[in-house]
Amino acid sequence: MDATSFFFYLFSAVMLLSAFRVVTVRNPVHAVLFLMLTFSQATGLWLLLRAEFLAIILVLVYLGAVMVLFLFVVMMLDAHAESLRQGFWRNFPLALVVGGLISIELAIVVIGGFHSVEAPAAGAAVPDAAGFIAQHSNTAELGRLIYTEYLFPLEVVVTILLVAMIAAIALTLRKRKDNKAIEPGLQLRVQPRDRVRLVNVATVRRAPAAPAGDADSTAQEGAS
Amino acid sequence: MTVSLAHYLTVAGILFAIAMVGIFMNRKNLIVLLMAIELILLAVNINFVAFSAYLGDLHGQVFVFFILTVAAAEAAIGLAILMLLFRNQSNINVDELNTLRG
Repeated sequence: MDATSFFFYLFSAVMLLSAFRVVTVRNPVHAVLFLMLTFSQATGLWLLLRAEFLAIILVLVYLGAVMVLFLFVVMMLDAHAESLRQGFWRNFPLALVVGGLISIELAIVVIGGFHSVEAPAAGAAVPDAAGFIAQHSNTAELGRLIYTEYLFPLEVVVTILLVAMIAAIALTLRKRKDNKAIEPGLQLRVQPRDRVRLVNVATVRRAPAAPAGDADSTAQEGAS
Repeated sequence: MTVSLAHYLTVAGILFAIAMVGIFMNRKNLIVLLMAIELILLAVNINFVAFSAYLGDLHGQVFVFFILTVAAAEAAIGLAILMLLFRNQSNINVDELNTLRG
């Protein structure tokens, strides 16, 4: 057994075991941590397949960003684990049947169809026109492909990410009640008559002929 | 014994089956459902990368790149909806999310 086989079996075994723990563990925080372990083992598998760029992207984007997001959300939600696990084993026979069915079908296809595909020549060193051995770079090849042939799908994906970002912010944005910010729409719609009221005030006003007993109240009205 | 394409496909298939079993067994816990979806996408990505490496075609890895992007967007929006749900109902039990039932 050479080193590649050894690492393949190691990564696969740890990945499948941790994936199994993801769906069976009791604590959601532990489930997220097992999911991180699963993704890190998948990274090892992809490195064995010489997909270096995608392996690093998986570590940076998935382990670094998405899984931490999961972890934050799981820690913020106070999920009552016990009530959510009612009926966990009741669904087990159905789950076993479906899982076994999927496994058998996939095994038939895989063993029947793809057993003869051989591994590519390891690190195929291709001499270029000048006779030098061309350095194979997975990242450069992938970048050339993405920015030439797949330029339009790349822009669609960029739009999807933008929409997802706006949607996530808009969904979880909470308006504060003690916010004293001015609403721009109302501010723009204001008319001069809403703010300033012009009143004609007579400069000289004849005092009404008041009865003698009401002198105090008349004086107050005049003052106001 | 060298590692062939069938080995990688088998691992991805088992991972997919585990994730399906997880969906069936954790039918009440929305968080674990989202994680099982991530596992399914990972199985698909392993298939893509294995085919890409063994058939010498780099287009499969480009597709994995796009799948990763869309999966990240899906996780972000799913978790945002989960937060909104928990804020409004203080509960993430799937069985009790029947407000829209007619």
